[in-house]
Amino acid sequence: MNLDFTERELAFRDEARDWLREHVPAGPMPPLDTAEGFAARREWEATLAAARWSVVAWPEKYHGRDASMVEWVLFEEEYYRSGAPVRAAQNGISLLAPIIFEHGTPEQQDRYLPAMADGTEIWAQAWSEPEAGSDLASIRSTATRDEARGGWLLNGQKTWSSRAAFADRAFGLFRSDPTAERHRGLTYFLFPLDAEGLSIRPIPQLDGHPGFAELFFDDVFVPDADVLGAPGDGWRVAMSTAGNERGLSLRSPGRFCAAADRLLALWRERGAEHPHLRDRVVDAWLAAQAYRLYTWGTVTRLTAGGDVGAHGSVNKLFWSQLDVGLHEVALDLLGPESELRDEPWLDGYLFSLSGPIYAGTNEIQRNIVAERLLGLPKGGRGR
Amino acid sequence: MKFALNDEQRDFAKSLDDLLGAADVPAAARAWGEGDHAAGRKLWTRLADLGVHGLCVPEDAGGLGATPADVVVAFEQLGRHLVPGPHVESIVVAPVVLAAADPGALERLASGELVVTLAAPPHTPYALDADIADLVFLLDGSTLCTGTAGALRRSVDTARRLFPVSAGERLAALPADTVAAAFDAAALACSAQLLGAGERLLAEAVEYAKARRQFGRAIGEFQALKHALADVRVGLDFARPLLYGAALSLGSADSARDTSAAKVAAADAAYRAARTALQVHGAIGYTLEHDLGLWITKVRALVSAWGTTSVHRKRVLAALSTA
Ligand SMILES: Cc1cc2nc3c(=O)[nH]c(=O)nc-3n(C[C@H](O)[C@H](O)[C@H](O)COP(=O)(O)OP(=O)(O)OC[C@H]3O[C@@H](n4cnc5c(N)ncnc54)[C@H](O)[C@@H]3O)c2cc1C
Repeated sequence: MNLDFTERELAFRDEARDWLREHVPAGPMPPLDTAEGFAARREWEATLAAARWSVVAWPEKYHGRDASMVEWVLFEEEYYRSGAPVRAAQNGISLLAPIIFEHGTPEQQDRYLPAMADGTEIWAQAWSEPEAGSDLASIRSTATRDEARGGWLLNGQKTWSSRAAFADRAFGLFRSDPTAERHRGLTYFLFPLDAEGLSIRPIPQLDGHPGFAELFFDDVFVPDADVLGAPGDGWRVAMSTAGNERGLSLRSPGRFCAAADRLLALWRERGAEHPHLRDRVVDAWLAAQAYRLYTWGTVTRLTAGGDVGAHGSVNKLFWSQLDVGLHEVALDLLGPESELRDEPWLDGYLFSLSGPIYAGTNEIQRNIVAERLLGLPKGGRGR
Repeated sequence: MKFALNDEQRDFAKSLDDLLGAADVPAAARAWGEGDHAAGRKLWTRLADLGVHGLCVPEDAGGLGATPADVVVAFEQLGRHLVPGPHVESIVVAPVVLAAADPGALERLASGELVVTLAAPPHTPYALDADIADLVFLLDGSTLCTGTAGALRRSVDTARRLFPVSAGERLAALPADTVAAAFDAAALACSAQLLGAGERLLAEAVEYAKARRQFGRAIGEFQALKHALADVRVGLDFARPLLYGAALSLGSADSARDTSAAKVAAADAAYRAARTALQVHGAIGYTLEHDLGLWITKVRALVSAWGTTSVHRKRVLAALSTA
């Protein structure tokens, strides 16, 4: 057991560090969930892509560097340490791309991956519906066969779709066989957000920014070429993305380590006024450190051929609570200033509050941990 | 970069688990608390036969010169199985002390022949099992003396028999970094014991939740219990990497910071496991007859042994503030 990196890995890290130091835009960008913030990130992510830093773990053919998983985690640490902003393209890159690599046709891979890598097409996730949140298998939006045109007609409503108001395309599940039982008869579709018959209503979030969007489908046509996986097999295909969302890919340790470093800086500045917050600062730092080391353990397991499985739920519970905890103690250190809207910690705090809700609520994750990892019996409820 | 146990470490854990699982350790722990050490001494010898007592003794003195990660592996099993006795003292601290005071005794320590204990105020003011130890020391700051045990003080954990120690003959002045390294190693071993105890408490609670029925169903179907147990799983899973991270940095510049982080996380996770396991068991867990209480009280004792969580949180922040 060791935490030593190879020469190659260290060289990769240093190269990333040097490049980021030189290119990361100075000063904070406008918030991601605004039109200006989204546009600013498009520009930044094009710069990243031009230097082939946007999807380091992908094959070179698709704009990547064939980086190993260790190198990917090292890159993420450097990325956030450098002060670079959260990516606008993250939903596509971490939730959709793994599915395209696994289930996509070669044509779909060639059509979608390069445009995702260079930021020209940014994707939104369209899963949730007003009546289907935690119980995702109960979605009602439909896909009906259009034999004549060789495709499908989508109808219904999706909601809480992050930044769909600014994105270019979306991926989502629709019920293609109304007679099949819950998890069957769902199909996974890829579609443009400016499609005919599709209307979009932005919804402001707790922070006031239009981060959510509602999508209304009125006979939106999608050709067969944009069905991901087999028709009717959408649940299985989608569940492989859920694993990614809860597991390693969406929340790399770099984000929390960088926030923990900022918290320590804040403690040095303000700690003397609040000695009673000492233990909470320590616990926040400690949790970030635990997350970092846990991730290296996961990387070791994955590299040896293991999988994340239900441990992804353990991971999701931990990072979401860690994120809230880090921000809460920072706000307490800031004292009365913490309520001011231009305080960056406040933005981070408001965002952290959504962590226990999205990517499968923490109650759902605890059910998964209890049933699949601890082997406790299923209760009298669905799922 | 490989942050996981290797095959030998897994095999070592398994052989300890097998040995201890086959012995009735809770009965030995109960007897130990009542002053009957026979069963516990038998376990001591069998653990020594597997190399546990030589883990920290250098190879040229008859030990294994093992890595700190191996020590963590062993102590997790000692905690999981509730093994009584001054193991942190004899296995982890004694090699350091004897190297200065009586190097000739190291071989007998490794073979399990010697039981060594010590008090190291302020964090470890009492010596465990001084009444049956072959050697008792007092490490006060960096001054090492022989120790004379006073009258027994009862611990919340009946198997921890604590004795105040008064200084006898002055043996050596240990270098400050040697003392610090010994303290870190002891805190780390104690953390591993906590993690093992926490794992056992979770396993017991899960088994009970599957078997116990109320309102016509297994209590494990109730979400309130499921969620509490899931949170215990999360806490233990994220304490473990801090333990192994600390094992890797033991003796380095980050040693104090990392061992303290491990102790805080292991203590919090194990304590949560203890509280939850008791709640899941209901009144049966609150009885002296049921073994669960042996782990619950052990965890409470270890939370404050070799540095309370508060002391360790302070050390973490001190290290970070000067970084
Ligand atoms: C910031 C943010 C971004 C999001 N982005 C997207 C996106 O891009 N695309 C998308 O499709 N969706 C997105 N979502 C939606 C998210 O996936 C859902 O909010 C989530 O699945 C929960 O569904 P719900 O909101 O309908 O809550 P509900 O399912 O109605 O749950 C309400 C409460 O009941 C609890 N509950 C429900 N079922 C159970 C059960 N079986 N056991 C115990 N408790 C239960 C839940 O835990 C929760 O506390 C986003 C949400 C947020 C907050």
